[in-house]
Amino acid sequence: MLWFLTKTLRAVITMWLVVTFVFFVLRLSGDPTMMLLPDDIDEATRDFYRRLWGLDRPIMVQYWSYLGALLQGDFGISFRNNLDAFGLVWDRVPKTALLTGTALLISLAIGIPLGIVAAFYRDSWLDRGVMAVSVFGFSMPNFFLGILLILVFSLNLRVLPSSGSGTWAHLIMPAATLGVSFAAQFARYTRSSMIDVLNKSYMRTARSKGAGPVRRVNLHALPNAAIPVVTILGFKVGELLGGAVITETVFAWPGIGRLLTNSVAARDLAVVQCIMILLALTMVLANTITDLAYGWLDPRVRVGAKAGAR
Amino acid sequence: MSAADLVQGRRIGLIRWLSGTPVTVMLAGGFMACMLFVMVFAKLLQPFAFDYIDLLNRMAPPVPLAGSTWLHPAGTDTLGRDLFSRLLVGTQTSMLLALLGTCLGAVLGIALGFLAAHKGRLWDEVIMGLVDFQAAMPWFIIALAVLAFLGNSMVIFIAIMALYGWETYARITRGLVLSAREQGYALAVRGLGARPRWIYLRHILPNIAGPLLVQLTVNFPSTILFETSLSFLGLGIRPPMTSLGQMLGEGRDYLINAWWLAVVPGMTIFFITLSMSILGDWLRGKLDPSLED
Repeated sequence: MLWFLTKTLRAVITMWLVVTFVFFVLRLSGDPTMMLLPDDIDEATRDFYRRLWGLDRPIMVQYWSYLGALLQGDFGISFRNNLDAFGLVWDRVPKTALLTGTALLISLAIGIPLGIVAAFYRDSWLDRGVMAVSVFGFSMPNFFLGILLILVFSLNLRVLPSSGSGTWAHLIMPAATLGVSFAAQFARYTRSSMIDVLNKSYMRTARSKGAGPVRRVNLHALPNAAIPVVTILGFKVGELLGGAVITETVFAWPGIGRLLTNSVAARDLAVVQCIMILLALTMVLANTITDLAYGWLDPRVRVGAKAGAR
Repeated sequence: MSAADLVQGRRIGLIRWLSGTPVTVMLAGGFMACMLFVMVFAKLLQPFAFDYIDLLNRMAPPVPLAGSTWLHPAGTDTLGRDLFSRLLVGTQTSMLLALLGTCLGAVLGIALGFLAAHKGRLWDEVIMGLVDFQAAMPWFIIALAVLAFLGNSMVIFIAIMALYGWETYARITRGLVLSAREQGYALAVRGLGARPRWIYLRHILPNIAGPLLVQLTVNFPSTILFETSLSFLGLGIRPPMTSLGQMLGEGRDYLINAWWLAVVPGMTIFFITLSMSILGDWLRGKLDPSLED
């Protein structure tokens, strides 16, 4: 229970630090009215907007009121179109969830079986082939892969749409772009984790008991090999979201990432802050859940935490 | 043994060493050597100034294609700037930034790792807390917003690159130092009355340098991707300067009539990350066989 509480407390502190960091760094960039309003506007109008957005108060007062509003779920108003920032962002969540979810599923469905096969036939041509492809996969910058796919499938073969999100066909290229490097990484992690497990003494025991290869892999090796892979999965969420920002921009996919690049270009403070906080929250939640799942899957971790070891 | 014998012996040693190395690793090493050469001498190698505008030869394709000109063998961009020269200077910028970012991050992380291991208690708690905090932040997204709001400043960009990935070095260094400190050689030097700083720098650092070097190589591709991604989005390196990511971002708008503007810098980035990944894997196997998968 204590272990659970420390993990949760740590997540809350991390969130608070992220909110504070984002708030002060973005305010350092200067007066938002200077960036949003035309240069030749008179000082009275400028003052009016400063007061309207609460920018005339001392920065610490703004910080506390922002923090207070956040706790009540109020993320502020978009400077650009006067709409509720959270509502704007929330509308885009399903699209991003669809894209990242598909990409993650594809990468797991490809990466894990490949890793298992490579580990089982270690040092064979199959293993070398899988590893070679995986090095290519995670060395490929996703923005370049996206452009290559557009070049081949949209401009030359004309079989897939290059932008938008109307139909299922629109999902194929963005999901592939985002998923490839993760598939490659999961293949590697699964392979090394499986090799580790296959060398354990309980695998020899299973073999001497006469268990066949399928049974040995599925029942004896996989549950143990899954632990490190699950852990890595949680820590990849940040990378996945960062990748989504780029992929959405390349394919004009109307998700959070594209909203972020657009809002950043328009200096829309409230929306940018809202997106960053939500993405950080997703990441912190994923990390915390991973931590907890890790402790649940491998009780040694919990005991270690109690003994005070890191 | 005469000097000639020594040279002969050394040559045989070199040949034996080379013959034991996989071809892919040699190719990757050769490519990275070229990239380092370009990084240093780009400005001397460029046939034109990278920002020289030749409006009469706009959007010239690379040589084997129809409409190409030998004046610009690699082609030109929308303003008629020589693509080969831009590629050289772009590679220089990207390589320099990635190298600088990786090294600064490594120095920061290693120093903090040593500090955490040495001071223990509160220092350890605070530094490891910072490590967790850094690892839990979506740094790429924060970098994107910070660069957009704070504007086009090289110092800020380099600082953001340095802060990317420092936590891995800190975590690794701390663990390595804690275990190295208890080993015979460190205890022996301490018994002889050496000061902590001497023990750390003269005895422990050389002993843990291997895994740290591997980490450096493994981190380099992600650092170069970090820079190129931000520049691709128009936020890192901006015109009139150029980097591989910035070139790719610019070329993206002309995919239909000038695909090479995006493909050439893109392939360069891909080959750099690929070579470094191959080298990193090989180095890991060489320096620390226990880590080899």
